[in-house]
Amino acid sequence: MFRNTYDSDNTVFSPQGRLHQVEYALEAVKQGSAAVGLRSKTHAVLLALKRSTGELASYQQKMFRIDDHVGIAIAGLTSDARVLSNFMRQQALSSRMLFSRAVPVNRLVNAIADKAQVNTQEYGRRPYGVGFLVIGHDESGPHLYEFSPSGNSYEYYAMSIGARSQSAKTYLEKHYEEFADASLEDLVRHGLHALRETLQQDKELNVNNTSIGLIGPRSEHEKKGVQPTGAFRILENDDVEPFLQTMIAKGSEPAAPAAPATGSGGASASGSGDVQMSE
Amino acid sequence: MDHFPTNWGRPRNDAYDAYGTFPLPHRPNNNTKDAFASAVQRTQQPIVTGTSVLALKYKDGIMMAADTLASYGSLARFKDIQRLHPIGNYTVIGAGGDMSDFQYIQKFLQELIIDEFTSQDGHDLGPAQIHEYLSQVMYSRRSKLNPLWNSLLVGGFKDGKSFLAYVDLLGTTYSASTLATGYGAYIAQPLLRKEVEGKEDTLTEEEAARIMETCIRVLYYRDARSIDKYQLATITADGIKITDSRPISTSWSFAEGIRGYGAQTQ
Amino acid sequence: MTSIGTGYDLSASTYSPDGRIFQVEYATKAVENSGTAIGLKVKDGIVLAVEKLIHSKLLVPEANRRIQTIDRHIGLATAGLLADGRHIANRARDEAVNYRDAYDAPTPLKILADRLGLYVQAYTLYSSVRPFGISTILGAVDKDGPSLYVVEPSGVFFGYNGAAVGKGRQLAKTELEKLNLQELTIREAVYEAARIIYLVHEDAKEKEFELELSWIGQETKGVHLQVPKDLQRDAEAKAKAALETFE
Repeated sequence: MFRNTYDSDNTVFSPQGRLHQVEYALEAVKQGSAAVGLRSKTHAVLLALKRSTGELASYQQKMFRIDDHVGIAIAGLTSDARVLSNFMRQQALSSRMLFSRAVPVNRLVNAIADKAQVNTQEYGRRPYGVGFLVIGHDESGPHLYEFSPSGNSYEYYAMSIGARSQSAKTYLEKHYEEFADASLEDLVRHGLHALRETLQQDKELNVNNTSIGLIGPRSEHEKKGVQPTGAFRILENDDVEPFLQTMIAKGSEPAAPAAPATGSGGASASGSGDVQMSE
Repeated sequence: MDHFPTNWGRPRNDAYDAYGTFPLPHRPNNNTKDAFASAVQRTQQPIVTGTSVLALKYKDGIMMAADTLASYGSLARFKDIQRLHPIGNYTVIGAGGDMSDFQYIQKFLQELIIDEFTSQDGHDLGPAQIHEYLSQVMYSRRSKLNPLWNSLLVGGFKDGKSFLAYVDLLGTTYSASTLATGYGAYIAQPLLRKEVEGKEDTLTEEEAARIMETCIRVLYYRDARSIDKYQLATITADGIKITDSRPISTSWSFAEGIRGYGAQTQ
Repeated sequence: MTSIGTGYDLSASTYSPDGRIFQVEYATKAVENSGTAIGLKVKDGIVLAVEKLIHSKLLVPEANRRIQTIDRHIGLATAGLLADGRHIANRARDEAVNYRDAYDAPTPLKILADRLGLYVQAYTLYSSVRPFGISTILGAVDKDGPSLYVVEPSGVFFGYNGAAVGKGRQLAKTELEKLNLQELTIREAVYEAARIIYLVHEDAKEKEFELELSWIGQETKGVHLQVPKDLQRDAEAKAKAALETFE
């Protein structure tokens, strides 16, 4: 492994000015199954791959609702995610209580990032072992942010985290220019295609292992009952099916014939290992 | 509502000092005589007070008016203070009641606005949000039995929408197209309603200013805690404008005919 | 450096036999690995500029800002660990609010730099915390006019006419020294700042970057604001043109 003298706790800089404990926490995020986020001018969406420990077990929860206008997808330690999402809910409620205002999404993300930063500087705690993709809608439109245990947060057009997320990232980088004007259906399809890249070779996306989180006006594939404001909702099981149907089989995507070839190439290159290192 | 700020929050006593005209130290109920009299005591009455604030909706936004007097009891103590105060780029608050509490409110709202500014993320607080925050503060203070002794109007204009609402020392809030606090709630509100209701979208700034001046003049004739100088604030798409204090013209010739006031001897 | 493996470099609360605190030195290494930040104090104001390295093309341009606002009249730019930069900015805001509460006046930058210096220094004393991995440039126009300070990871701070921190600071300092800062206007300083950032970036030949510019002066009514888009575009165009002709 990487073990060295400077990686035993957070309060030690390596001679190169690196924080090894924080870097290891970033690895914890990559132990979790992948999540993908994308946003257009009208919508923001999350897609996540759920794992199950066996035939008799249920699938894990990958998405959490924070408020009507914010939702998250996680990769890494679920229990850390529950603590942080609880904090986010408190912040969101406090904003509604004090100002009757939906909390601006960037401030919510910065609030947890600032919390995480403290755990990279003080002895006796460990950095959080979870990464978030946060989607939200506020006065400045739909947003997608990534939060990571290092205390950093960034806004993206599209992003992926978790195991083999690099393959999804490669897909997203190839297509991100189409996302701004994409319909909700197209956006979700791109998301599913990106998520598919993170699968092990013999696996497929299906109604059991796929979660979809949406913010924005209702899709034609959704049931009635979506709030007219387009509040955050999580689709699971049968509700996911119509979206899975829209996927185009690998290698037969008509628009960009070159895309699937390199896309699947990337996936098979990383197909054997559990965790793909990135950057 | 009682139009004497010194009587707010206390029982009426019509038998003694029915009009609240006694000097502060001789007011009824000044000394609480109940079992809690020796316990911790908080604000029992306002000290330096402002009187009415008026506000109305007109075609371009919100107009507010308040005279410039701060009284100490019945003494016209400070004759040129501002009771209309801008908060951020879209909101004006106007206050009646205790002026030191009002200054405290200005201070913490200013802090809030700076905090918001330093985020530099394009999100800023509009009048509705400032009013909500203010009402939370007012209500929580009254629930701690330590109220900020004011009645406030919050007027503003943001994103093409005008906003006008009231909040007072009890945390009570309401909203209407014309609002007035203090004595103005009795004297000016009927005049404002008659002139404004139904015409919110057509009333021009000149017309609105004329209505305000009329109301301020009537209040000056009838409210012993008022003065003949006032300020006007407008909040529109162009931002906030608060005028310098300006005088109102008055005529007192009719008073000659009033027994006990004019030159008559009997 | 012979610090490695001696055991004297594992805690900020340990001196080496020759009296050095290696953990603080390592913290400055974190600063040296980050994009350059510069500050210019000129006759009528302050200009801050940052070379923001772009680690992914999926990032939303202009969204993830590295220059922060502390009070209406104070700006802050950091080089080093980004999250530490946010921590220090939050602390600076708290200090500014505290000063305003007590004195009902905008915080003079000297006092803010002093208080931040004390705060940063406290993180070099104990084994239970690590030092800040950032250098902080503070700029403001206060009652004494424009002022510019840099707070280092050790907690020391100095006032400057021109300041540079981060990877390209050496070259940036050389360029800053060539300028006659006292005679520039902030508008001219915006062009110089853009040129210097483009120059040091070109020198390092790194990943993509985004230029971030902010200013405080009469044109902004003493308020710390982003440089307007059209001026920034013009400054960047001129900076690119200057690169062509440089040496």
